[in-house]
Amino acid sequence: MIIRTRKPSDVPSSEITPEHVYVNRRRFIRNAAVGAAALAIAPRALRGITDGPAQEVPARFANMKSELGEELNPYRDVTTYNNFYEFGTQKEDPSRNAGDFQPAPWSIRVEGLVNNPGDYNLEDFIGPSNVEDRVYRMRCVEAWSIVVPWRGFPLADVVKRADPMGDAKYVEFKTVVRPSEMPGQRTRVLDWPYVEGLRLDEAMNPLTLMTTGVYGMDLPNQNGAPLRLIMPWKYGFKGIKSIVSMNFVEEMPRNTWWVQNRREYGFFANVNPQVDHPRWTQKRERRLGEFRRRETLMFNGYTDEVQSMYEGMDLTRWI
Amino acid sequence: MNEKRAILGLKVVLWICALTPAAWLGAAFYFDAYAANPVAKVSLGANPIEKLTHVTGMTTLVLLLITLSVTPVRRLTGWNRVIKLRRTLGLFAFFYAFLHFSIWSGLDQTFVWAWMIEDVIERPYITVGFAGFIILIPLAITSTTGWIRQLGTRWTVLHRGVYLTATLGVIHFYWLVKADVRLPLFLGACLVLLLSWRVVFSIRKRRRVSPRKDTAPATP
Repeated sequence: MIIRTRKPSDVPSSEITPEHVYVNRRRFIRNAAVGAAALAIAPRALRGITDGPAQEVPARFANMKSELGEELNPYRDVTTYNNFYEFGTQKEDPSRNAGDFQPAPWSIRVEGLVNNPGDYNLEDFIGPSNVEDRVYRMRCVEAWSIVVPWRGFPLADVVKRADPMGDAKYVEFKTVVRPSEMPGQRTRVLDWPYVEGLRLDEAMNPLTLMTTGVYGMDLPNQNGAPLRLIMPWKYGFKGIKSIVSMNFVEEMPRNTWWVQNRREYGFFANVNPQVDHPRWTQKRERRLGEFRRRETLMFNGYTDEVQSMYEGMDLTRWI
Repeated sequence: MNEKRAILGLKVVLWICALTPAAWLGAAFYFDAYAANPVAKVSLGANPIEKLTHVTGMTTLVLLLITLSVTPVRRLTGWNRVIKLRRTLGLFAFFYAFLHFSIWSGLDQTFVWAWMIEDVIERPYITVGFAGFIILIPLAITSTTGWIRQLGTRWTVLHRGVYLTATLGVIHFYWLVKADVRLPLFLGACLVLLLSWRVVFSIRKRRRVSPRKDTAPATP
């Protein structure tokens, strides 16, 4: 008997968009109803280049949308505009400076209060987990946002395999330190290595994605190859990149941005339009590819999936 | 005659240099809007409004600092005619400040007054940036030869406002970066150097012009 399991890459031929349709799409032209005359002449430029032949992505993404019906940001946006201070502090720096980074071979250490500690190579770390595409909004603490089809598997799988002991309350993650390949680490802009953490229930939440790819392909270096976290209800800086260790601990980890400025960046960093950053508003955001700012949603629109974890917590205090 | 030519040459260079950032933004806008294949190197990128804001803001600060270095250069080199570049430099600084403000209010805030008022009142970095821009407006208006004549010594006092604008501009930049303060600190150091030179210079000048009586040489 042949048992066919459906892989994420298996798409019925009816769903595949003909290439000429895909290549010629011009989302800006469709969205071009901007009143002001100055904008009417070239709205595309003000919304950013988001099409063009930068990268062929698998056809199944052509008509993919988020659960709220939002269009995906193009591969170009995802891979040329992001923060990864290990490669520089400007948004274009990671895409410019990550070329020398070697994401293979890769090894991850699982340690601390677990019954199954160990060092794993990437393949064994992913192991039997089912890698799938997931479209998530990402909201940066700097008030811009992007919709991305990540690829990965639930962090909960890893936690279950590690088998935490009763004392384990948090997981602490660390980014690799390689100043020779990561020019930003030759400066003292942040304390290296980059550290992030999650409470155990957050790590177990089904939304939390151990991410290995984007647009159906392996993560590019600038996006945190070969392994990063995505928690779509938290500000983007929680999504630690190029992870080399997971430490199960009892105390709340001291995450890098909290160490940098605890008045401005907390441990939880849940997206919350009611709590402004001390220096700018979090009520609104600019979605890359859109002209006018849009309202920011509580928990970035994932309230149903996550709010029970924070019941009884004062979210104006636990930023 | 040669000196006049040198100034004319410098003015041409100044116009070209000062217009370069605006020309680059214009070209990037054009390629993004109309080129069949986007030109990666000349592009406003994934967040064009942010790019426009950053480039115009940065250019304003650099031009303000260059404007403030005209007088020290003049005193240190004794080349008095260099002063002829100062108005052009100052007006270019205002031009970029105006672009920066317009991009923020029109494109970034889309003229939603409630958002803008809230930002100006509640966000200190915007408050100081806005104040710095407002101070520049009367300076730009009174930059004509007619106004200079009419205001006389008051013109000099009024135009000291540029010290305040440059200071507020650097603070504006320092307060908006997240962690990488290297560039704002560098610009701040340049500003401190330029302003402290003025303090030292004016103290020395005062001593030279009006020596204290008890130290004045006795005349026979």
